[in-house]
Amino acid sequence: MTIQTQALPKLAVWKFASCDGCQLTLLNCEDELMALAGEVQIAYFPEATRAVVEGPYDVSLVEGSVTTPEEIERIGQVREMSRNVVTIGACATSGGIQALRNFGDIAEFRSVVYAHPEYLSTLARSTPISAHVDVDFELRGCPINKHQLLEVLAAYIQRRKPRIPTYSVCVECKRRGAVCVAVANGTPCLGPVTQAGCGALCPAFARGCYGCFGPQDSPNTAAMSDRLISLGMADDEVMRIYRTFNAASEPFRRESERHEPARDEEALT
Amino acid sequence: MSHKLTDGGQVLHVGTLSRVEGEGGMHLEIHDGHVGAVELRIFEPPRFYEAFLRGRSWTEPPDITARICGICPVAYQFSACNALEDACGVSVPDTIRTMRRLLYCGEWIESHALHIYLLHAPDFLGYPGGIEMAKDHPAAVEQGLRLKKVGNELMTLVGGRSVHPINVKLGGFYRMPTVAELGGLRPALERGLEDALATVRLVSTFDFPDLEQPYTYLSLRPEQGYPIESGSVVTTAGTAFDVRDFPEHITEHHVAHSNALHASLDGGGPYVVGPLARYTLNFDRLSPLAQQAAREAGLGETCRNPFRSIIVRSVELVEVFSEALRIIDAWRDGTAPSVPVPARAGEGFGATEAPRGVLFHRYRLDDDGTILDAQIVPPTSQNQPSIEADMRTLAESWLELSDHDLSHRCEAAIRNYDPCISCATHFLDLTVERT
Repeated sequence: MTIQTQALPKLAVWKFASCDGCQLTLLNCEDELMALAGEVQIAYFPEATRAVVEGPYDVSLVEGSVTTPEEIERIGQVREMSRNVVTIGACATSGGIQALRNFGDIAEFRSVVYAHPEYLSTLARSTPISAHVDVDFELRGCPINKHQLLEVLAAYIQRRKPRIPTYSVCVECKRRGAVCVAVANGTPCLGPVTQAGCGALCPAFARGCYGCFGPQDSPNTAAMSDRLISLGMADDEVMRIYRTFNAASEPFRRESERHEPARDEEALT
Repeated sequence: MSHKLTDGGQVLHVGTLSRVEGEGGMHLEIHDGHVGAVELRIFEPPRFYEAFLRGRSWTEPPDITARICGICPVAYQFSACNALEDACGVSVPDTIRTMRRLLYCGEWIESHALHIYLLHAPDFLGYPGGIEMAKDHPAAVEQGLRLKKVGNELMTLVGGRSVHPINVKLGGFYRMPTVAELGGLRPALERGLEDALATVRLVSTFDFPDLEQPYTYLSLRPEQGYPIESGSVVTTAGTAFDVRDFPEHITEHHVAHSNALHASLDGGGPYVVGPLARYTLNFDRLSPLAQQAAREAGLGETCRNPFRSIIVRSVELVEVFSEALRIIDAWRDGTAPSVPVPARAGEGFGATEAPRGVLFHRYRLDDDGTILDAQIVPPTSQNQPSIEADMRTLAESWLELSDHDLSHRCEAAIRNYDPCISCATHFLDLTVERT
């Protein structure tokens, strides 16, 4: 049997509208970074190196959401140059916190922050990468989990499917042996409708889950909201708890709209 | 890339700056051997935090504003807490302030180690990045990664995770770490202190271009200790003011070439925040060990060469490792993790020292705690005018260099400031341009 020497797979890291925290997660793999650099060629990663290796790339990690006309063009180019596109984090997979503009008036947003809105080029909506190009895998989290990132990279290097669970935080919480904060303390917790991945971090710190990883694969948001209200949350609070880092994900968006105060008034009239 | 202008001048343009947090570029015009326009171009898309904070609840900014920056989320969380607690008239006990300082030490360690070893050192040693540098300098890069890892471990222990910690809330924490948990980190922190001292020695051997910067420095100065999680404002111009007077002294301007607002102090020229400013204004507050390390590295009590910021960052690493060990050794179990912060109508102001410099927050609240108005002034916005002024000075003396070398050198000069462009973009304020 002959062993064929192959060129290392080429990895690229791209940034759109984001906080840089998900790509930082790659640099936070302190124990694995040098080993990884031996398994892949880090071909494009401007946050870490000014060296650029020309595409095409085997795996492109894409951080951030699409918020400008220029970004629509650029994500198309990234797709063309990449065999696999993997989006990392809540911005890239659901539009991120900046998708809160989708519920407001972008012209007003611009003028609140900037004295000269005419200098800006901004779209009215913040959208996930998948709204513009085909995406091979979406890794959730605000931020992503380092172990999940390494699993996804290993899967693409080994040409297999990533093993990333899509069940709820509750499963992780039970497995961790944490006390249920909702049952024991009456603390509002989005764990039942949120995808696992963080390791049930918040309940372990006596805090309710606040939805960093977005909706799990079969979320019953209506039942979740009934429970939140029975724990004492007002409608506008229920609306806001869904409207954070994954506000534009379909199940969270729909449920938040059911609790918009204006909508209640409309229903009454 | 470079191209000729019709009037015989030329334009040097670096499309994407590397080894900075966020997206920026630079633009330099040269006419008849003189530098014309110099622009640090920030094209990081705006995310409009200050707009969508309106209408949110007063308890939400620590979690929401953390998402402005994945490199310094704790800075956002604690500037938000300081401002909102000020608005609600709550002062947290010393135990909570101390635990905040410990978490913040973790963020400084992580951020400074990342910048020193992976982003800045490659400029001095001639590599495109830290990973390439590791081939020839494996021990140094391993030391840097080890330091960074301790910072992340400290943040994970106190904050739950290092990027966007989950354990911070208005009034304190959800859960206090225990003496036993903190003690478990002591060996790694002791090793970290040794690595930090070695870092000062390593970077002090680098070759530094001559550049003395005349700008005003601005930093916080607390009642005691080195400025990290609190303090009032002091400057090298001799002014001193309370954080609540920040908006009266600092004006923000929106310029066409940047999505980050520029700032000026008392209507004057550029001012600088960050390690050089903190060090120069607070040398007397450094621990004896950090002062000694600075002296052995050839630093005086002030530092005005932005290239030497890498030494100052390393001295600050020594400081925060010493501080973290001091806090851990004095910690006692059984203190309340938080105090209540009931809402009330009013305005609050808060500032802390992010790794890159002063980060200011202001919030105005309705009586039920609804946010009416928010303002955030991040460090990189404040440093933009001086970054441009540095590039202008340096480019004048580097005109004989090839475009390639000139752009490389200017990029390195920008990295002196460890600019965080993700932070700097999307900021306020409508009020500043009303005049």
